[in-house]
Amino acid sequence: MPAKTKYELPLGAATREAFGKALVELGRTNPNVVALDADLSKSTYTAGFAKEFPARFIECGIAEANMIAIASGMASAGKIPFAASFSVFAMNKGFEQLRVTAAYPNVNLKVVGTHSGISIGEDGPSQMSVEDLSLACSLPGFTVLSPADEISMIELVKLAAAHVGPVFIRAGRPKVARIYEAGQPFTIGQAIELLEGSDVTLIATGLMVAESIRAAETLEAEGISARVIDFHTVKPLDREAIARAARETGAIVVSEEHLADAGLGVRVAQVVAESHPAPMEFVGIQNTYAESATPEQLLDKYGLLARDVAAAARRVVKRKR
Amino acid sequence: MQKTSDVAQLAAITKRMRRTAIEMITEAGSGHPGGSLSAAEIVTTLFFDVLRHDPDNPHWPDRDRFILSKGHCCPILYAVMAECGYCPKDQLMTLRKLGSMYQGHPDVRFLPALEASTGSLGLGLSLGLGMSLAARMNGGKSRSYVVLGDGEIQEGQIWEAAMAAPFLKVDNLVAIVDYNQIQLDGFVKDIMSLEPLADKWRGFGWHVVEAFGHDIAALQNAFGEASSMKGKPTCILAHTVKGKGVSFMENNPKFHGTAPTREECAKALQELA
Repeated sequence: MPAKTKYELPLGAATREAFGKALVELGRTNPNVVALDADLSKSTYTAGFAKEFPARFIECGIAEANMIAIASGMASAGKIPFAASFSVFAMNKGFEQLRVTAAYPNVNLKVVGTHSGISIGEDGPSQMSVEDLSLACSLPGFTVLSPADEISMIELVKLAAAHVGPVFIRAGRPKVARIYEAGQPFTIGQAIELLEGSDVTLIATGLMVAESIRAAETLEAEGISARVIDFHTVKPLDREAIARAARETGAIVVSEEHLADAGLGVRVAQVVAESHPAPMEFVGIQNTYAESATPEQLLDKYGLLARDVAAAARRVVKRKR
Repeated sequence: MQKTSDVAQLAAITKRMRRTAIEMITEAGSGHPGGSLSAAEIVTTLFFDVLRHDPDNPHWPDRDRFILSKGHCCPILYAVMAECGYCPKDQLMTLRKLGSMYQGHPDVRFLPALEASTGSLGLGLSLGLGMSLAARMNGGKSRSYVVLGDGEIQEGQIWEAAMAAPFLKVDNLVAIVDYNQIQLDGFVKDIMSLEPLADKWRGFGWHVVEAFGHDIAALQNAFGEASSMKGKPTCILAHTVKGKGVSFMENNPKFHGTAPTREECAKALQELA
């Protein structure tokens, strides 16, 4: 057994499960909150809301495009709809609807994509969303949230409901490490520095936050001081946190369970280029689709472990002048 | 605004709306006259007789909703909304010009009294369904009216919404198909036939009313029948003539998306005098 360190992270609930819990809590406090699903309510965890508030739940059948536009119509009529599906279906099949019925008229729609990334495992690439952050961020006016653990998901769902305007929330299938204690404050658009560090900054979102914390532990043993920042909000970006990281640590690694050339990393790079140019490395899926296997095997094969973040950190530190 | 159920008055308003739409499109130099003319009686009858709405209070929560899903035919909608008092008549001729509230397709950012931004075909029925569901949850009287193009319903999402609305027993939703038989590339029957169209809607669980879409009394009856229908939505198949009212535009695919010249406009206005 490895020694218990300050980096030890207990296993928590899946973010999709936390979403379902938060949605029920919201339903109890806000009668305007409604939910929609497309025949995946047991997987997206909207089933709890459906059970407690059947009159405020719309089962849309397997028709995601229709679901998104129905939800937009409900939002236009004053409801706060949470439309949920696997992220790959909500974003890809519903993209035109998200564009024309939500982003363009700036409608108060909340879309929740579960089963994001490749950590869904055995179901394979047709069910894996590796483009969703890119798609969501490309929509003008959208807020894009990507919580790392159950605590952040619960808080961010509440903030999403209170925010007026379209929001995409990215959730995952597997149980993930618990990063936060209950009571941790969150603000949309404000990244959270989890570990202080001066040699390199590890920026991450979703389940890569835990991997980045673990990478920081490895790096510390090697004498590299790594700052770790959780970007639970991918849009709007916390530009100040990025500029400060570039200025103070002079090197940045961005890690995401998403295509590396289309998600958080390229968005952070734009801010780095505009504010304080610094060497960067990117940990993510490299211009490919994954395959069927266990989540652990996939995260290993496609390079999304602490080991990969640490390797990128070593490379980027070497590139510092 | 003065609402009326008088057919002669509604016909007179419709004729003026046709003239305004033609003038707007001519002034813009581009746009879609054919579908504006085919939908003229439908839009006028809804706004001046059927809809529960208040131009002085455009965001009254329990108002009826109107969605022009075939958004390219917005000139007729803008003309009617301006006539109702939602928006200034003296700016109608700025259609499609920089900064105009009268955008090339309906845009709620520029004209907040619109219920939806449309233009990408196939989305409006789902939006109307969402608005009807919200109204039902609120226990309100609000009904949603969605005008669909016939070519538009070749889009798959229309049939997703068509399947969902009867299943959800939504009876405060009315789809009106402007069945003018022509789309951009030619006649609907040659591009992608919709027939048997009434059977399709019935098969999906809708109450279907067929009416001549330029007969105001027939439209009034159809809307009345829709309002009394319980437990299912109503589809009004409005058989119309593309370019109705202007001889050289009628049944002419060219005027789906071509603005008239000044000379053509003058001739059209003469015919609509």
